[in-house]
Amino acid sequence: MRPIGLILACTLAAFAGADNTFFLRNADVYPVTAPEMKGVNVLVQDGKIAEIGAKLVAPKGVRVIEAKGLRVYPGMIDSGTELGLSEVPAERVTVDTGEIGEFMPQLKALIAVNPDSEHFPVVRVNGITSVMTYPSSGGRGGGRGGGGAQQFIAGQAALIHTEGWTWEEMAIDRSAAMHLIFPTLGRTGGRGNFDSAMLEMIPGATGGTFTAAKRSYDQQVTKITEFFDKARQYQKERAVKGPGFKTDLKLEAMMPVLEGKTPLAVSAARASVIHDAIQFAEKQKVKIVILQPRDVLKAAPELKEKNIPVILGRVLALPDQEDSAYDESFTEPAAAFKAGVKFAFGTFNNEFVRNLPYQAATAVAFGLPPEEALKAVTINPAEIWGHGKEIGSVEKGKWADLMVTNGDPLEVQTQMKYLFIKGKEISLQNKQTKLWERYLSRQ
Amino acid sequence: MKRLLLTAVAAMAPLCAETYVIQNATVMTVAKGTIKNASIVVKDGKITEVGTQVTVPPGAKIIDATNQFVTPGIIDCHSHIAGDGGINEGSTSVSSMVDIKDIVNPEDIGIYRALAGGVTTANILHGSANSIGGKTVALKMRWGKDAEGMIFEGATPGIKFALGENPKRAGNPTGGNVNATPARYPATRMGVEDVIREAFNDAKAYKAEWDAYEAAKAKGEQVISPRRDLQMEALKEVLEGKRYVHVHSYRADEILMMIRIADENGFKVRTFQHVLEGYKVAKEIAAHGAGASTFSDWWSYKVEAFDAIPYNAALMTKKGVVVSINSDDAEQMRHLNLEAGKAMKYGGLNEEEALALVTLNPAKQLGIQDRVGSIEVGKDADLVIYDKMPLSAYAKVQKVLIDGTVYFDRDNEISSRAAKEAEKQKLIDKEKDVRATPPASAPRRPQQ
Repeated sequence: MRPIGLILACTLAAFAGADNTFFLRNADVYPVTAPEMKGVNVLVQDGKIAEIGAKLVAPKGVRVIEAKGLRVYPGMIDSGTELGLSEVPAERVTVDTGEIGEFMPQLKALIAVNPDSEHFPVVRVNGITSVMTYPSSGGRGGGRGGGGAQQFIAGQAALIHTEGWTWEEMAIDRSAAMHLIFPTLGRTGGRGNFDSAMLEMIPGATGGTFTAAKRSYDQQVTKITEFFDKARQYQKERAVKGPGFKTDLKLEAMMPVLEGKTPLAVSAARASVIHDAIQFAEKQKVKIVILQPRDVLKAAPELKEKNIPVILGRVLALPDQEDSAYDESFTEPAAAFKAGVKFAFGTFNNEFVRNLPYQAATAVAFGLPPEEALKAVTINPAEIWGHGKEIGSVEKGKWADLMVTNGDPLEVQTQMKYLFIKGKEISLQNKQTKLWERYLSRQ
Repeated sequence: MKRLLLTAVAAMAPLCAETYVIQNATVMTVAKGTIKNASIVVKDGKITEVGTQVTVPPGAKIIDATNQFVTPGIIDCHSHIAGDGGINEGSTSVSSMVDIKDIVNPEDIGIYRALAGGVTTANILHGSANSIGGKTVALKMRWGKDAEGMIFEGATPGIKFALGENPKRAGNPTGGNVNATPARYPATRMGVEDVIREAFNDAKAYKAEWDAYEAAKAKGEQVISPRRDLQMEALKEVLEGKRYVHVHSYRADEILMMIRIADENGFKVRTFQHVLEGYKVAKEIAAHGAGASTFSDWWSYKVEAFDAIPYNAALMTKKGVVVSINSDDAEQMRHLNLEAGKAMKYGGLNEEEALALVTLNPAKQLGIQDRVGSIEVGKDADLVIYDKMPLSAYAKVQKVLIDGTVYFDRDNEISSRAAKEAEKQKLIDKEKDVRATPPASAPRRPQQ
């Protein structure tokens, strides 16, 4: 330990003034991927975690932050948001999530992220340092009043930090997933409804209605298959680049998916639809992540067997059916964990992103081991989105996305003391704290 | 489906109130501090004793609450559950003649879910489509009783008013409802103010007519009564202080506007609901004597919610307003304890102040604080037992008592699930059999 510290001290002299280099002294570090370390020091250099250790010495000239009695955790990751794309859902002009067109893989969420969105500072102060932001809700711009047009491939979701001067600086992964909205059996809409659930329980129950619904569903699945076939054909032609070959931006955007580099993030609620989505992905030899499953328990054996991760939606949600258990959504994460499914949490509404930790805590109240809840908002999403080597835990070599708190980060009364994204200290002020201070002083 | 539910209801319908002693709990009374290792005696539906030393009445059932917490029942000052689907009589800008009390659906599963989240009383409001909406009713979550059995007996009834985007959008041809013909007045905040002012102008004239009649009658004169106008009647009650006004509001300007109209017409706003910019005019709200019932941290879903801050509850509390945190939502309603806990994080309220936001304060706002809202001798035994500190994100409800009767018990809920599931499966199987077997009278196809 000591020799490393000494060498670091020498190399660090040059960085002493950098705003992404600092030394946390005497902190309780919760790496998530390893047992907690009490009373240790953390050296952050150039935005990355350079060293963690009890005997580590602060290099000369480096900012020292006394962290006695404080806890250090990795920043949290929300795997389901529209941050930067949607400001005020009721006002279409402020929403850029839902484009027109059934297959739009060439669209990139990242380039429409507004770094100055008021939402970023609001979610940051609760410890959310990175998020997945998705294009979705087809047609009419999205938001409330959007979602009119049917859409299958909405575009590329980005994994971003919640801080940066530009979307380029915010990007962790410009194209972390391709968002596919799998068709729904029965009525439209990602969340299940009485009809489709009953239909699945009683095959043929409603005769003509079911047949019609099934036919329409099959047609839509065929449409998706045909699009993938077209992309595969293009892939072959692209390899040869024969006379007359012309780049097709839409199909070009599908190449990383076909090559297995970018996963498909598939919105699928019902067990049968999840099954179909898995079958589809196997046939197409592409990686998938299931978003917001409602029947995660029914689908669990297959999800586990095929090693398919899921992004669970809000834990604080109403039960699916009138006669579902009142605590269905509260207990689902614990049950998914017991079934061996790998999962992360998403809030799927910008307003709820800052409540990500309390969603996770509710899952703990209803049986999820606390360490698993923490993983589901840190290392699990980092790994699911292919960036487990850069974010999601407090480990040497990773980005210093750190929250320094006075307690358990999933507990509602816990206060954020410091927040760092890529080693840069983030102001804990936002529009809301400023309004609070301003009007508190009104006489 | 319905059959299934009814069976479930019958199985769960609680018996009459028994005598209970809840023992060894941390009792958060809200009115008189938090007592550790305390017991509560519940008899004939009321709290008869609270403290570390209580007399156990003969025959009392003991509820061991070691390591658990007891709070007063949660009160939600703004909900639309049990509203039978339609809660917006938005066809007219003044719908003071309609009443939520007439459409209470006691079988709404939202009632049971709220109960399982510790809610014992809820104020059920009309929607916000019009400047002056319909009448409101307070319910107790007595799951299994009929509509009348749910009504909080003796509670002062209310009426919903609405300001801002919702009432102006409903009729504005350039707003949400482009097909509205003719456009329903108003379409601006100016118009909303005028609608309310005009309505009270009429109501005062109506009241004067009735007052004159009553005075003449009292003198023994032979007079014919004025015509009863049900639309005006509710506003007359407001002027007489017999009906509470709950005002859906967002922006500071409209809140102030409403206070001034009320001042001018001689009535009080009982509560501002949502009141997301209440923190900007907390001084004026406090001076008027209105309560404020807000969300914990919802914001940004529309423009008038863009200046909402999670510090709203704490800031208004510090400025002397009686504040509650409400749900306006069947899901949020299930964890109002957690929502109250946020006022400790955002704005630094202490435990008792935070818990009061969902117990004693909404009770005060609804004028039922003599009956509910705190754990005190003589009050209704509306109690919630939690496994952890109730303002924690990790807390969950174990038992809920209303009027001294256990209406929710998590252990029973869990242990009865297998039986309910089996019953459901039996019904599904029966349905399958019926469909698989063709009716006896139907001509059979030739078998191959």
